[in-house]
Parts: sequence; C-alpha cells; structure tokens
Amino acid sequence: MKTVKTVDEINQKIKEGSANVVTALEMKDVVAELGAEKAAEEVDVVTTGTFGAMCSSGVFFNFGHSDPPIKMQRVWLNDVEAYTGVAAVDAYLGVTQLSETRGMEYGGGHVIEDLVRGREVELRATAYGTDCYPRKEIVTEIGLEDVNQAVMVNPRNAYQRYRAATNSSDRVLRTYMGTLLPNFGNVTFAGVGELSPLNNDPEYRTIGVGTRIFLGGAKGYVIGEGTQHAPPFGTLMVKGNLKEMSAEWLRGATFPGYGTTLFVGIGIPIPILDAKIAEATGITDDKIETSIIDFGVPRRDRPVVKKVTYAELKSGKVEINGEEVRVSPLSSYYHSIKIAEELKKMIEKAEFFLSMPVERIPQKEVFKPLRHKEVKVVKSVMEKAIAIRETTSVQDASQIIITNNVNHLPVVDNEGVLIGIVTSWDIAKAVATGKTGSVSEIMTRKVITALPDEPIEVAARKMEQHSISALPVVDTKRHVIGLVTSEDLSKLLVG
Amino acid sequence: MILLKYDSRSVREPIIAKTAIETETLLNIIKASVGARQGEIIIEVEDAKADEVMEKLRAFGVEAVKIEGRIEKDDELCVHCGACISICPVEVFSVADDKKVVADSQKCIRCGVCVTVCPLSALSLPE
Ligand code: SF4
Ligand code: SF4
Repeated sequence: MKTVKTVDEINQKIKEGSANVVTALEMKDVVAELGAEKAAEEVDVVTTGTFGAMCSSGVFFNFGHSDPPIKMQRVWLNDVEAYTGVAAVDAYLGVTQLSETRGMEYGGGHVIEDLVRGREVELRATAYGTDCYPRKEIVTEIGLEDVNQAVMVNPRNAYQRYRAATNSSDRVLRTYMGTLLPNFGNVTFAGVGELSPLNNDPEYRTIGVGTRIFLGGAKGYVIGEGTQHAPPFGTLMVKGNLKEMSAEWLRGATFPGYGTTLFVGIGIPIPILDAKIAEATGITDDKIETSIIDFGVPRRDRPVVKKVTYAELKSGKVEINGEEVRVSPLSSYYHSIKIAEELKKMIEKAEFFLSMPVERIPQKEVFKPLRHKEVKVVKSVMEKAIAIRETTSVQDASQIIITNNVNHLPVVDNEGVLIGIVTSWDIAKAVATGKTGSVSEIMTRKVITALPDEPIEVAARKMEQHSISALPVVDTKRHVIGLVTSEDLSKLLVG
Repeated sequence: MILLKYDSRSVREPIIAKTAIETETLLNIIKASVGARQGEIIIEVEDAKADEVMEKLRAFGVEAVKIEGRIEKDDELCVHCGACISICPVEVFSVADDKKVVADSQKCIRCGVCVTVCPLSALSLPE
C-alpha cells in the first residue's frame, strides 16, 4: 500500500491550519463519493467519538500528607470506598463502587462527576498507625484542586462493538445492559457502530500504545489494549488528567437494580495515511455485525438469539420470533457525534496534534473464561421427587408427607407432566381450615422449576427470589424428574 | 386520569365495575397496586365524565383525586442514551433528527416504568 502522507506531515498541516479534518460520519459520504484512493488524498484526519457507560473506569488520587501523617489504609470519598493497596496516600476510586450509606443511588462515578463539577467531597481515612505514619484517622473535605494528582486510568474502555441483549424469561431483569422486559419485550445495545473509534481502524494501525485521544474533554492517551480485548470486540486502556476534564463528558449514572457507573466520552483522531485507512474509516453500520444474546439464561455462555448489524439495531426495531421488538441504545449517539465534532474543532484550531503508536496492540486475542472448579449442576444434587395426582385427597397427601418425611409434593397429570405443587404448609393450612377435598383445590399452579443442567447457583437464586425452599426438576417437556431443596443446596454452597 | 385510594372497607366491593355501569362510562385501568388492606388504582376516563365518576367513587368510600401531570424529562440531566425508548409501553420517547432523545409527554399514561429505568434520574412524574 502506497503511503500518501505521514503523521508528521499531517501535524505540519494542522500547525499551518490547512489540515482537512472530517468526522467519521462525514467520511462515509466522502469515501462513497470519491472512492478510497481519492479520499486518502483529500482527507487528513477522521475524528471518531463514543459516549457510553464504561464500568471499567476509575481515578488514581494522591491526597498529600496530613500533619501528623497517616498511612491511609482504608479511604472513603463521600462514603464510597477507594482501593488503597498501594503507597501511603495513593488510592484508586472505581466507578462501580457503591456508597456505603446511599447504596446504588450514588457511587464512584458520581464522586468523580462531583469533583469535576468543582464540588467538595468528604475524605475519610483510617489506618493502623506506624512509627512513620502515627495518625489513625482523618475526616476532611477536599476538592479536585486540593489533591496532588487525579489521574483517570480506565482498564477497559471504548468497546469496538458489544453484544446486544434481550430476555426470554418471564420476569424483568435488571442488568448492566439496562432493564430487560420479559418475553423478549425489548432489546438493548451499547456502542455507536460506525462512529466508534476502533471500528474505524479495525486493524489497530493508528490506535495503539501512546495514541493521543480526547478523554472526558481533555487530552488523554491510549496506554494499551484494554482488559477483555478480543478483536473484533476490541477494547482500550486509557489515561488522562481528571483535573483538565469536564462534567459535560463524564457523568455518574446508576443502572437501576445493577449498580453505578460512569458515562465517559472518548474521541480518537485517525490519520489518513493511505487508501486502506481511508477505506476503513468509510465503514457503515450495515457492515458492523453483532449478536443479540438472551440474558434470560443466567449462564456465562448465553444463547445467541440472532445476528444483527448496527444498522438494524439503530433502526429502533428488530424482529424476534416473527414479532417486532423495540430497541434501546444505551450509549448516547447525540453526545458521540458532539465529541467527534469537538475533536475536529480542536484539531482545526491547532489545539490537538496526532501521534503514532509506539507499540501496536494485539490484533488477535481470545477471551478466556475464568478457571474455576467444575460447575455443579442441579442433576447432581437433586433428590427423588414424590409426585402425586391432582385427585389425591388432602388426607392422603398429608400421610405421604409424614411417611416420607418430605415437605414438597409435585402434582403431575397422567403423563407425568408437572401441573402444580403442594407443600406441607399448604396441607397443614387445609387441614386446619377443614378443607378435605382433593389437592387440586389447594395446590399452587404456577410452579417455579429447575432444569437438570442448571448450575446450582442459578437454582439457589430462584429460590431466594421467590422465597421458596424447593424446586421440582423438570425436563424440557416438563416431566418431573426430581426435586431440589434449599437444604440440598446450602450444604454445597456454604461449605 | 384519576387516582383511587381505598382501604379494607371498600376493598371487597367491585367498585370499579359498579362505577362504570352506573355512570355508563368506559374506564381504563392504567395501573393497579392492590395490597391486603389498601390499594391504589389509576384509571383513565374521558374528561367530560371525570367529575361524575369521581363523585360516584367517593360515594363508595374511595378517595379519588385527579392527576394531571405527565412525564417530565430534565434536559440538564438527560444524556440522550435512549434506555427509556424501548421501555415505555406507549412510545413516548424517540430519537429526533438531531439524535437527541425527545419525549412526547402528551401520550404518557403515568405507568412509571421509565422513571425507574433512567440511569441519570432525569425522568419524573409530578404528583
Ligand atoms: S433514559 Fe434518561 S438519560 Fe437516557 S435518554 Fe431517557 S431520559 Fe435521557
Ligand atoms: S410513565 Fe410510563 S407511559 Fe409515561 S413516559 Fe414513562 S414509561 Fe411512558
């Protein structure tokens, strides 16, 4: 590939005010109109942008020393704890850490936004006291100008693309992908597709270690590939000076029922060095694929419901099982465009220069699951179920409960298919109120069940959520094949 | 829309149905939270009939107040993420041409779901 220009040449043009800068959105049209070769000659820089909840973010602080000094062993900012396993007055505040007094409503992300807005926060620290650091406790108010350093270091930002989410189960799920309505009630997706930095440089030729970027309104740098980097689901690790950032591009947020986070604005300029890069920045949403996965299945490998493109997701509706389902983005397209435009202006005004990476980030990488002990499934702990028919009398059912010393009797039809459940408590109540008919009158018909291959943690969470103590285990045709009780599980989970 | 609050005295009566029949009005139940001893129901009726319906309900011993506020979005707080779009049952939210998320509040039926979903707490229902 013939190099059309170098980054130095582009920087020279920026200095002279003659660089041609366009946003990634504008570049689509340029490439479509002129073709990649011609576009590479015409355009010098393409700006990208993304603004979304980035949970893997946080800030390193150095608070300075008090008199007498303290080796801050534990630190809280507005009751949100920061990590202190580093030197005496250094700490790392992560955006998902929750307030110990306000819970999910306020967390690390909110503390960071408050500081950037110029608000003071309460710093509280405790320590064990040493000869060099005698003090054991301190409480004070600090603002961003009071700390020595506030360096934003985000281990995983700017996801290239992300799997979209839906929910096949029959209850509302509160997740890091927002609220998912039951029975495929909606779809949510993150990322901004064709405007997203890494999608415009999918081979990571110009985005790598040392690339200067727009981070939270200030200049920042890529310091490497992010955690969980697995192309084409690439990620970046970035840093920047919080003291120079603006709350317009950093917003503390709460995903209800899930936790807190920080909306972070990132923009990356891409130098158009040759036709290949020009072509890459011409990428459009219909070429960017991802899949919709089912959060109704609480496993690591959630089933793929269907493959889609960002163009389909952004249309606001997708079809699932023949029905139209509404789609919510979770990243802000509006602010992402603003970032690309803001960065464009900074470059045009010669306030921002480009840098080539000093090291490239991996173009191939696999994302390994956590190595842990084998997954225990329900099948391995379930006991035999003693099933009864709905015509069984309350009297007989109570006998069965007593002779077998059990608390739960699944009720089945003549094919062994589950139709209800009665508990010893139901029976006791029926007897006490003089109900002597058949169990069909007293059984619970909407039964929460477990599948034999379900991990025991999943079964345990179901019991906890529904405040029940046992689940009939059924096969895919709802034939009862066993019963799992909270006692069976607690032996395994606690031990 | 009318908010009904009732307690154990009236909880057993099929008051909604009775009211509908006796006032010859179509009542649309928007939201109902019914507890063991008390409950709250929000119903929608055509404006012309609202006063008559409320009078009838009060005669049954139910507290009835008109609610008029619809969803309010604080544009200082909103980041235009769009999380609210697919949640609202009546499609109040949409993406405008400039890519901002906008609310067509007139359509709001006060179900309250979006309020609990917005990550920036930008949505509220006036009392
Ligand atoms: S969910 Fe909240 S922040 Fe997001 S677009 Fe809706 S109102 Fe705005
Ligand atoms: S309260 Fe319900 S109807 Fe009104 S905007 Fe919110 S989700 Fe839509």
